[in-house]
Amino acid sequence: MATVQVSEAEKVYILHGVRDDLRVDGRGCEDYRHMEIETDVVSNTDGSAKVSLGHTDVLVGVKAEIGKPRPMVPHEGYLEFFVDCSANATPEFEGRGGDELGVELSNTLYKVFNNRSSIDLKSLCISPGEHCWVLYVDVLLLQCDGNLFDAISVAIKAALFNTKIPKVHLSENEEGGKEIELSDDPYDCMRLNVENVPCIVTLCKVGYRHVVDATLQEKACSVASLIISVTHKGTITCVRKVGGGSLDPESIFEMTEVRQDPPPPYSSSCHLPFRPSQHISTGFPVRRSNCNRFV
Amino acid sequence: MAGVELLSDQGYRLDGRKATELRKVQARMGVFAQADGSAYIEQGNTKALAVVYGPHEVRMSRSKTLHDRAVINCQYSMATFSTAERKRRPHGDRKSTEMSLHLKQTFEAAVLTNLYPRSQIDIYVKILQSDGGNYSACVNAATLAVIDAGIPMRDYVCACTAGFVDETPLADLCHAEESGGGTSLALALLPRGGHIALLQMDARLHQDHLETLMEAAMTACKGVSKVLDQVVRQHLQEVSALTGE
Repeated sequence: MATVQVSEAEKVYILHGVRDDLRVDGRGCEDYRHMEIETDVVSNTDGSAKVSLGHTDVLVGVKAEIGKPRPMVPHEGYLEFFVDCSANATPEFEGRGGDELGVELSNTLYKVFNNRSSIDLKSLCISPGEHCWVLYVDVLLLQCDGNLFDAISVAIKAALFNTKIPKVHLSENEEGGKEIELSDDPYDCMRLNVENVPCIVTLCKVGYRHVVDATLQEKACSVASLIISVTHKGTITCVRKVGGGSLDPESIFEMTEVRQDPPPPYSSSCHLPFRPSQHISTGFPVRRSNCNRFV
Repeated sequence: MAGVELLSDQGYRLDGRKATELRKVQARMGVFAQADGSAYIEQGNTKALAVVYGPHEVRMSRSKTLHDRAVINCQYSMATFSTAERKRRPHGDRKSTEMSLHLKQTFEAAVLTNLYPRSQIDIYVKILQSDGGNYSACVNAATLAVIDAGIPMRDYVCACTAGFVDETPLADLCHAEESGGGTSLALALLPRGGHIALLQMDARLHQDHLETLMEAAMTACKGVSKVLDQVVRQHLQEVSALTGE
């Protein structure tokens, strides 16, 4: 992540605050920053979303293309992730500087989505063994102020929800080969079921307590963090520990228990933009705006 | 022939514009709080985002430091989903490097670099959606971002493309018109003095037509500069209203 210099006095101040459940910007240890989600921002993609979590801005575009299915799983399509840490976020990402972080983020995303239940990959199949839909999910980091994983996962969920895949008609041509026709009607499309798409929650260990949605300053004071991806039913799909410090096994269990609490309101609040009729009271405010404007 | 499709008999282009009509330009300044200056511009369907960091100390290679003026460092990149066909590499390919160099040249002509010796100004431009006129959108967005960062410039830098079809110059080409194979001229202008910061033309053109084409491009740039000026003044009003002046 983009690094920020924190002095010893500031570190002590943050540590003491977290110990008393009061962070620098007034939040509690388990409170998220204000989040804004906008869908359908880039018109020549099949689905897109922009998420602002405090000062962290992430833009995700999904493009669907027809490709060959993987040999081991001929009845399924697949997803390809690419994270672009652009120089907009910080000058350190200029040229090849952002590649390392980008690769780390995309590898984590592959692990998070690498299971049967997140996305119904069978619905992406056109003809088994020959054609399938490949969804290219491209993440663009615009501003970086800590907690990238959470913002990226929410943006991916919103973008996949927004994705419209054109319906396909298979026909036989003269030589007996298959021909694929895409319907021209922009409304004749297939939507994806994103109920089981997991959301990632990052917990940073600061002092003896853990905080959710850490800013860059808090990240600089923490020794290690735990990244947990969880679906709205409470199923955990991936757990990763990052950072140079070590975590006590008890603190890991403590963290996962905390995860059971906020994830139901957090991931169900991710459904807020997707089911406008359902109002769920959440711990943090989520505003949904479905306009086409980028800012 | 490509010319027949690009300009109809009644004088309308593919998207319904007249020959000298520009696309709708919408811009906003100060979109990112963390950067020193930022701006977002939409020219028709082309969307560009520019971010400016600086002036600050020269990073990485100290040898690049100039003793009497600032170094301008530009990077042009496109989002992978910006084009109709997905782009695999956002930056680092030849076209992006060439564009970055052009942007650097353009802004070295406009920014008062001798006020900041031994320092560096970074301009990063990202194309979010590409529909022709990429370079012009970048230059316009970068101008607004540099103004937002408070870095002094000689004048606005406005850019626009122009083409030539059926003895008529077309202003502000979209992607279909650019790739149609006809002439395409990109011009970056400092409107008050009429100085040209960058001029680039592809494809063949008879030398008699060059004058007309350049005139058309310069008029289009002046039109764009009016819009940019409007955006800057409005932004200043909003900001000064917030600070209570």
